[in-house]
Amino acid sequence: MINTSEILHTIEMIDRQHLDIRTVTMGISIRDCADPDPEVCAKNIYDKIVKYAGNLVETANIVERELGIPIVNKRISVTPIAIACEACKTDDYTIFAKALDAAAKKVGVDFIGGFSALVQKGMTKGDEKLINSIPKALAETDLVCSSVNVGSTKAGINMDTVRLMGQIVKKTAALTADSGGLGCAKLVVFANAVEDNPFMAGAFHGVGEPECVINVGVSGPGVVHEALKGCRGQSLDVVAETIKKTAFHITRMGQLVAQETSSRLGVPFGIVDLSLAPTPAIGDSVADILEEIGLETVGTHGTTAALAMLNDAVKKGGVMASSRVGGLSGAFIPVSEDAGMISAAKKGVLTIDKLEAMTCVCSVGLDMIAVPGDTTAETISAIIADEAAIGMVNSKTTAVRIIPAPGKVVGDEVEFGGLLGSAPIMPVHNQASDVFIHRGGHIPAPIHSLKN
Amino acid sequence: MKSIITVLGKDRVGIIADICTILAKNNINILDISQTILQEFFTMIMVVDTSKCEMDFVELSKLLTSHGEDIGLSIRIQREDIFNAMHRI
Repeated sequence: MINTSEILHTIEMIDRQHLDIRTVTMGISIRDCADPDPEVCAKNIYDKIVKYAGNLVETANIVERELGIPIVNKRISVTPIAIACEACKTDDYTIFAKALDAAAKKVGVDFIGGFSALVQKGMTKGDEKLINSIPKALAETDLVCSSVNVGSTKAGINMDTVRLMGQIVKKTAALTADSGGLGCAKLVVFANAVEDNPFMAGAFHGVGEPECVINVGVSGPGVVHEALKGCRGQSLDVVAETIKKTAFHITRMGQLVAQETSSRLGVPFGIVDLSLAPTPAIGDSVADILEEIGLETVGTHGTTAALAMLNDAVKKGGVMASSRVGGLSGAFIPVSEDAGMISAAKKGVLTIDKLEAMTCVCSVGLDMIAVPGDTTAETISAIIADEAAIGMVNSKTTAVRIIPAPGKVVGDEVEFGGLLGSAPIMPVHNQASDVFIHRGGHIPAPIHSLKN
Repeated sequence: MKSIITVLGKDRVGIIADICTILAKNNINILDISQTILQEFFTMIMVVDTSKCEMDFVELSKLLTSHGEDIGLSIRIQREDIFNAMHRI
């Protein structure tokens, strides 16, 4: 029998520590929607999404109400459009982004991901068309998210596409200049992208995934922060144990929501993503956890070590709580979406260089970082290359979601609203990387990729 | 199906009677009640059986929440599963 203190503890986590399910994401294969006629293909995609996800939001809302746990976002991911639509006779893939957007609005989800291409070894014609369509597609839709995988441990880094992505990020910012370059907040460049990620902007439904699947992403930095307040003055062993236990509780809830939602929808349960995902709300911050561990301001010396421990303890606690773990699983450090990160960046303590080091030990990469509007495409490409190299060599996922905010300079701030938050403009190095980026070609896979 | 009702808020006369009336009207059996007052703050936890309740669970949840808002209390009903998932292996 559950006792009173356990019940009140759970309610306090939900009410005061922002415990929630960040997302229930339905992955849908659209490989069978292909047609040479782009209009027919777009209609097939729209119809299939509406058919499969028609009850997603309503079902998630019922589960939310019955269990009394907020489910913040309902989302959809689809097969990378570059694969699903390659047979279409068109050069502009914006039509498919619009079909995704319309379907997402029809079923009432918050985001839809999968305007994506996997080009770690090279681009097909469809990949190239998709990538060149990204700026317009993101400017002309509201809910569509896009991702491009440019490198992997097995394949190395496709530097020709890295160069192209620098230009695409700049164009996307230019076409969405009215909203501070918001399009770039919906575009992520990956290395070692995972096929079952429920989080945006990087979610897509991988080619090895089933017809339809439910993946769940949990949240809960505030709960970890609160638990750590009880460990002040104690050793890091105690801190790591406390994080593990808290992650276990959080993930058990994610597992329950995933099972409930998938059984009600008659769709297989995929994975629980064990990520600590912050929001801009006060008290829902990964930076606060790192500062609670003992750093005056996140970004100072010791941040990487504290984050490494946090990331590892979250996985160790969470993995026992779920029958299937996947996605990105770890701690997220999106600057604009975390009040503590925003504050540290404004003080100049948290820099892009330090964030890059932090991405070596956490689950993602340089995420939601705003840089001056006059940052060159080559510099953005070089930042992407650095992150992809970290992912490639360390056999982990890394990503870059960077916003060269048009007309903004260091000291300014750009506001995106909602979960995307607001970002202070962070300085980049002014020394050029142009010659390196213009070389093009391929960075070969590291020797430890040869495992067979 | 077992569910947990929690009632939190400022103490006053008749809270338990008030909530029990709603539950009785909806054929909900109370299995256990624990209640304390912490610095005038009323905290009640009820374990109830909703299997004979004819009202949809979501509607019941909305009814209790809105009734709570009317009388200045936080009232919620949650399936027992969430507490079991979180605190029991």
